[in-house]
Amino acid sequence: MKRVSFVLALALAAGFSAQSATAQTLKTIKDRGMVACGVSQGLPGFSVPDDKGNWTGIDVDVCRAVAAVIFNDPTKVKFVSLSAKDRFTALQSGEIDLLSRNTTWTLSRDTTLGANFTGVTYYDGQGFMVRKSLKVNSALELNSASVCVQTGTTTEQNLADFFKSNNMKYEVVAFAGADETVKAYESGRCDAFTTDASGLYAYRLKMTNPADHVVLPEIISKEPLGPMVRHGDDQWFDIVKWVLFAMVDAEELGITQRNVDEMAKSDKPELKRVLGTDGNFGEQLGLTKDWVIRILKAVGNYGESFDRNVGAGSPLGIARGLNALWNKGGIQYAPPIR
Amino acid sequence: MTTGPRPPPRQLVAKLRRALGGGAGWNGFFLQVLFVVLLAWIAYEVVANVRSNLETQRIAAGFGFLANNAGFDVNQSLIPYSQSDTYARVFVVGLLNTLLVAIIGIFFATVIGFLVALGRLSPNWLLARISGGYVELLRNIPLLFQILFWYLAVLGALPPPRQSISLLGTIFLSNRGLVVPTPVPQAGSEAVGIALLVAIAASLLLRFYARRQLFQSGRLITIWPYVVAMLIGLPLIAALIFGAPVSFEIPQLKGFNFAGGSRIIPELVALTLALSTYTGSFIAEVVRSGILAVHTGQMEAGSSLGLTRGATLRLIVVPQAMRVILPPLTNQYLNLTKNSSLAVAIGYPDLVSVFAGTSLNQTGQAIEIIGITMGVYLLISLVTSAIMSFYNWRIGRSMGA
Repeated sequence: MKRVSFVLALALAAGFSAQSATAQTLKTIKDRGMVACGVSQGLPGFSVPDDKGNWTGIDVDVCRAVAAVIFNDPTKVKFVSLSAKDRFTALQSGEIDLLSRNTTWTLSRDTTLGANFTGVTYYDGQGFMVRKSLKVNSALELNSASVCVQTGTTTEQNLADFFKSNNMKYEVVAFAGADETVKAYESGRCDAFTTDASGLYAYRLKMTNPADHVVLPEIISKEPLGPMVRHGDDQWFDIVKWVLFAMVDAEELGITQRNVDEMAKSDKPELKRVLGTDGNFGEQLGLTKDWVIRILKAVGNYGESFDRNVGAGSPLGIARGLNALWNKGGIQYAPPIR
Repeated sequence: MTTGPRPPPRQLVAKLRRALGGGAGWNGFFLQVLFVVLLAWIAYEVVANVRSNLETQRIAAGFGFLANNAGFDVNQSLIPYSQSDTYARVFVVGLLNTLLVAIIGIFFATVIGFLVALGRLSPNWLLARISGGYVELLRNIPLLFQILFWYLAVLGALPPPRQSISLLGTIFLSNRGLVVPTPVPQAGSEAVGIALLVAIAASLLLRFYARRQLFQSGRLITIWPYVVAMLIGLPLIAALIFGAPVSFEIPQLKGFNFAGGSRIIPELVALTLALSTYTGSFIAEVVRSGILAVHTGQMEAGSSLGLTRGATLRLIVVPQAMRVILPPLTNQYLNLTKNSSLAVAIGYPDLVSVFAGTSLNQTGQAIEIIGITMGVYLLISLVTSAIMSFYNWRIGRSMGA
């Protein structure tokens, strides 16, 4: 009888558990003392742990910047490694507060998942990688090839669209995890491997002989990658959104990790607004006056983060391209802080 | 005064009370009603809570997504499928792939299990030790590693399609799979098909007649020569009269892969191998325990009648052992079906991989999809155990138990 009543009590508790108040994410995080951030299972340049377990990457920098504005400590982040399959359920269930996992911004994801995208960290596109020995120069020569892809991603759908619209046949080999996909491609099970172009460069580094593989020139889709938060908490949405915008604005104004202290003493009205000397923009977000200073001291501006993780200062060596600032030939554009 | 036995009082109320409440009477009845109401209310509250939570978070709910366009392709599909089909069709494709692996796996696992069990009980010392080693080795390694082993180690060793191993120039083995010629039905196919069915029906009738003769008059008729003659001869005669039933479409290497022919993908082969050998080791132990459960006197009685060891096993011991073997054997079949969901690790498009994997990720409706998948696995398992129960009943009936 005791066991029955215990089980009954548990069932009642589960059935009646009130929806955790969604409008209080910031308060929950402050009480917890850490930001719970969902990241990938190891994508160089975006979110990858090193051999000591420290996470680095452009997505990781966004999480650290958010932790810095709340706690003034970029290490107060709990990283939750997620596969493509369970990333959205982790966000929906509340296990993580912020999903920064190179996720493509699409309409169906913005609506049916109960989550919002806060911006674009990286403008990407899908491409193909083949072995040089196949002597293929274009994705249009891949008729009746076998293509390895990670299951449950927009990649699979774009792949199907591309081959259908070009009237080509193909064999799709879909795996649950990125590592298995790459391993199958390397073992020769498939002729081509497809994912976002940044991912292709990143995974090529992990292969035994990176020089044996070539990335084909075609970009077959738009993949704007950005962070996601749950529906229902506008304040949290604004915070994450403006953290990324602040990083881009800072690069536009020329504020870097090294000169931020110096710039804070400047007389220029724009710099005074952004760095908190004038106005109360930090408080309007629910943060502190020096919120941008905290971000810059933690991870630097957008350009510095890009260079360090995926650009010239990293093994990936990807050019800024579309991700350059709007006035430097790219499309990264942030609204002004005023 | 005539005093015969009077009929007992009707006592309708008392009988009703007994029927509704059992030994506890009316109290028991009301308690049961209360309990059912409580359970129903809890279930209603849980469902309503889930629905309102989903709505507050504006996560899509309901089963309408099944009519939406899937937008992705599947490697192996037993029915025609293209990317413009719906998620409902994806579900059917995944289900058929799972059933295919389950049926092939169950067949081979049973064969392997029986052989290994008999090997382990054999008086041949080497055979017994090897069978024992097989069981101990495969039982104790997690299935996921075995699947990965077969996929990576075995398939990794196969050559790429441009250097594939070919048999007779028509069958090709490469790391893309085994490509065999497809039979294309021709003019004579219907006639040959009908002839084959007639031959099978005639064989079954012959078997029925031979068994009756055996049990009624003790006459032993060997029917297998007639059966073989009919199964081969009748279709052959039909083919000679009406023309060849099939012509074959030979696969040819074109570009990256083979065009024409049917392909058995390496994922299916690796998964079936791993599942059959793994479950076979468990079935071997089940069969061995069943055979050991039969009294040793039966084996001695058989050999005292002059039967060989093989005949005694086949005719006397194993039929009695089946009563003990069938329930745990059902367990192993259900385990095999559920273990096939590990296919997602090697890219075989089974139900979990395409439906509870890709479709779930693309629609985001976790609760509905997982619910459907759980329901389907439950249904498959219930059907399997129903079939095995029926077989168990038939064995029990023929044993006179």
